[in-house]
Amino acid sequence: MNYFPDEVIEHVFDFVTSQKDRNAVSLVCKSWYKIERLSRQSVFIGNCYAISPERVIGRFPGLKSLTLKGKPHFADFNLLPYDWGGWVYPWVEALAKSRVGLEELRLKRMVVSDDCLELLSRSFVNFKSLVLVSCEGFTTDGLAAIAANCRYLRELDLQEIEVDDNRGQWISCFPDSCTSLVSLNFSCLKGEINLTALERLVARSPNLKSLRLNRAVPLDTLQKLLMRAPQLVDLGIGSFVYDPSSEAYIKLKATLVKCKSIRSLSGFLEVVPCCLSAIHPVCQNLTSLNLSYAPGIHGNELIKLIRFCRKLERLWILDSIGDRGLGVVAFTCKELQELRVFPSGVDNAAVTEEGLVAISAGCPKLHSLLYFCQQMTNAALITVAKNNSNFTRFRLCILDREKPDPVTMQPLDEGFGAIVQSCKRLRRLSLSGLLTDQVFLYIGMYAEQLEMLSIAFAGNSDKGMLYVLNGCKKLRKLEIRDSPFGNTALLTDVGKYETMRSLWMSSCEVTLGGCQTLAKKMPRLNVEIINEDDQMEFSLDDRQKVGKMYLYRTLVGPRKDAPDFVWTL
Amino acid sequence: MSPEKVNHLPESDTKLTLGLPGAGGECHRTKAGTKRGFLETVDLNLMSSSNDNKHCEENDAMASTTTPATKAQVVGWPPVRAYRKSAMKGSCKFVKVAVEGAPYLRKVDLEIYHSYQELLSALEDMFSFLTIRNHVNERKIIDNVNGVEYVPTYEDKDGDWMLVGDVPWKMFVESCKRVRLMKSSEAIGLAPRTPAKNSSKS
Repeated sequence: MNYFPDEVIEHVFDFVTSQKDRNAVSLVCKSWYKIERLSRQSVFIGNCYAISPERVIGRFPGLKSLTLKGKPHFADFNLLPYDWGGWVYPWVEALAKSRVGLEELRLKRMVVSDDCLELLSRSFVNFKSLVLVSCEGFTTDGLAAIAANCRYLRELDLQEIEVDDNRGQWISCFPDSCTSLVSLNFSCLKGEINLTALERLVARSPNLKSLRLNRAVPLDTLQKLLMRAPQLVDLGIGSFVYDPSSEAYIKLKATLVKCKSIRSLSGFLEVVPCCLSAIHPVCQNLTSLNLSYAPGIHGNELIKLIRFCRKLERLWILDSIGDRGLGVVAFTCKELQELRVFPSGVDNAAVTEEGLVAISAGCPKLHSLLYFCQQMTNAALITVAKNNSNFTRFRLCILDREKPDPVTMQPLDEGFGAIVQSCKRLRRLSLSGLLTDQVFLYIGMYAEQLEMLSIAFAGNSDKGMLYVLNGCKKLRKLEIRDSPFGNTALLTDVGKYETMRSLWMSSCEVTLGGCQTLAKKMPRLNVEIINEDDQMEFSLDDRQKVGKMYLYRTLVGPRKDAPDFVWTL
Repeated sequence: MSPEKVNHLPESDTKLTLGLPGAGGECHRTKAGTKRGFLETVDLNLMSSSNDNKHCEENDAMASTTTPATKAQVVGWPPVRAYRKSAMKGSCKFVKVAVEGAPYLRKVDLEIYHSYQELLSALEDMFSFLTIRNHVNERKIIDNVNGVEYVPTYEDKDGDWMLVGDVPWKMFVESCKRVRLMKSSEAIGLAPRTPAKNSSKS
C-alpha cells in the first residue's frame, strides 16, 4: 500500500534516526522493509554474536557507521576469563571484502588486534571515526596504522583502555596532509608521546574540537596546544604538575582565559594537590566535568572548583568530595543531569546517604546516577524517591557487600522499592546492600520500563528472580552474581530469554542439568558455560552447580570462535 | 531432566569461612547458604590494607551481625573497571627516602618519574651532597665531600630489602614501599649490579 513513490518514502525515513524506530518501520510491509534497509546508514549491534557480519552487510549494504558490543558487562570486573571472545577481526574482514563504504566504527568490550586496525585503515577510503571503549588487544602500532592510512580521519577516541606497550611515535604517523581531525582522545595511553609531533598535529587541525591528553603531556606543552587550538570545546588535561611561580604556569593561566569555548573538562591525571585556580575561569561555562581520574585533587580543592561550575550538567568525581562537597554540588549545580561518584580507595574519604539526599533535593534535573558509597539507609532512599522521580539510570553500589541499613539494620528492600515505584521511567538499575526477595517483588511490580538490571549478593530464593522475569516486560539485560537463584527460576519462562539480549548468572544455584534443559528447549539461544580452572572438568553430573553461565539470543547458532573453556550447550 | 529442587543442607556449618567459629551469627541470611567464601585471586581491594584494622574497629562498634572483617575478598567487587583501578592505584605513590647518615628523611612521589635515571636525578637534587656519577655502564651515587659511595636499595611489598634497578621501572614503582641509600660498605651480600639491566628500564 504505497501512495508515494519510493524516493519520497526514503526521504521521510531520513528523519527517522533512532534504530529502534527504523526497526519498527521495517516491520510494516515488505516495501518499507526494502526501502529502509537500503537507506540505513547506521547500525547498532548490541551483541556481536547475535548475528554474523555477512548477514548485517547483506541487509544493510549502505552501511556507513557500525557500533558493536562484545563481552558482557561483568567482563569489566574480571568475571570473564581472558580470551573468552569478542574479536572484531572477522567483522572488519567481512566489511573489507564487501563493498561497504565504512566510515565509522564504534566498539565496546571487544578485542581489537593490531592486524585488525591495519586492515581497517587500509580498507575504507572514507574512514572517519574510530571509537574504542573498554577494548583490548592492540598496541600503538595499530594506532600508527590508523594515523598513517586514514586520510580523512576525524575522530580517534580511546576510552578506558589499557595499552601497555607504548611508544609515542604513532602520533608522528599522521601525515602532514591530515588536517581533518575533530576529536582526538588518547588520555588512557600510559607511555610517552612525541610532543613536537603532537603540537604540529594540533596546529594543522583547525576543526579540532575535542582533545584529551595523556599524563605524558606536561604543562608547557598543554599551554602551547591551547594557544594553537583556542576553539576547543572539550579538553582533557594530562599532567598538571607545575611550580606556581613558574613562567609556564603564568602563561597557562593567561591562555586558559582565552579558551572561551571549553564546555567539557577532564583528566588531571597527574596533579599537584593544591591550587587549581588557573582552571577557575573555565569553570563558569562548563557543562561537563570529569575529575574521576584525579585522586591527586583533594576534597577542598574540588569544592572550590565546583563553586564556579553553575552550568554543570554532567559531573564525574571521586568520593573524596565527601558528603559536604556533594552539598556544595547540590547548592551550585542546578542544571545537573548526570552524577557519578567513584570510590577513591582512600580510607577516610567516603560519601554516605547524606550526600545523595542533598543532591536529590538540590538538583531537580538529575536523571542518571552512579553512586559508590559507604552506606545507605531506607529512609534516605525513600526521601530521594520523593525528591526526584526522574531517574532513568539508578546505580547504587554500597562498598560493603550485603550491608543493611545501618540505622535500622533492615534490608534495603523498602528503599529500592520506593525508587522503582517513584521513577516510572527507570531503564537501568543496579542494586547493592542487604536485599531479600521483597525488593524483587517491588521491581517486578513497578519497574515497567526497566531494561537492564544488575544484581549481586541479593535475594533469598528463586522467587526473587521470578518476580523480575515475570514483571519486567521490557527487560533486555539481566546480570546476576552470587545470588541464590536456581533452576526453577531459570526454567519457568524460557521464552522470556528470546525477548532479551542476554542473561548472565555466576555463582548462583543453577546446575548443569538446568542449563542443558534450557539449551535443549531454546535452540535460538546460545547457553555458554564458562569453566575456569577445570571447575567442571566437563563431567556430566547434572547436579553440579555452574560457576558462570552466559546466555544470549542469536540468529547464527553457537559461535565458532569459542575457546576450550567455553562450553556451548 | 527435571529441574533440581532447591534442597540444601544448611551449608554454613560445613563451609569454610574466615571467621571465628560462631562469629557473626548470620541471622539475616535466610537464603539457603550460597555465600561461597571466595578466596580466589585477591582482587585489588580499593579500600587499602589499612582498612582491615578499621573493619575490626567497626566490628566492635556495630551491633550488626555481619562481620566485614571476615568477608573474603571477592573477584570483581567493588565493581570498578580494571582501567579505573589502575588509575587510582598509580596516582600518587609517595615513599620515604632515607640516606644513611642524613639526619632526616625525604619523601618522593614515584609516580612522577618515568625511569630510574629520573629518580636518581631527583634524589641528587634532594640530597645536595650527593652526586650521580655516570660511568660507562653504571650509575654510582657518591657523596661529594668525602667520596663515600651509596647503593640505592628499597623495601618491597614483602618487606624484603632489594637492590634498586633489577626490575622494570613500573614493577619497581608498584612494589616499592620505601627507599634507602645504604653506604656501599654496608651493602654486603647484595650481588653486584649487572649494568645492562639498568640502561633499558623506563
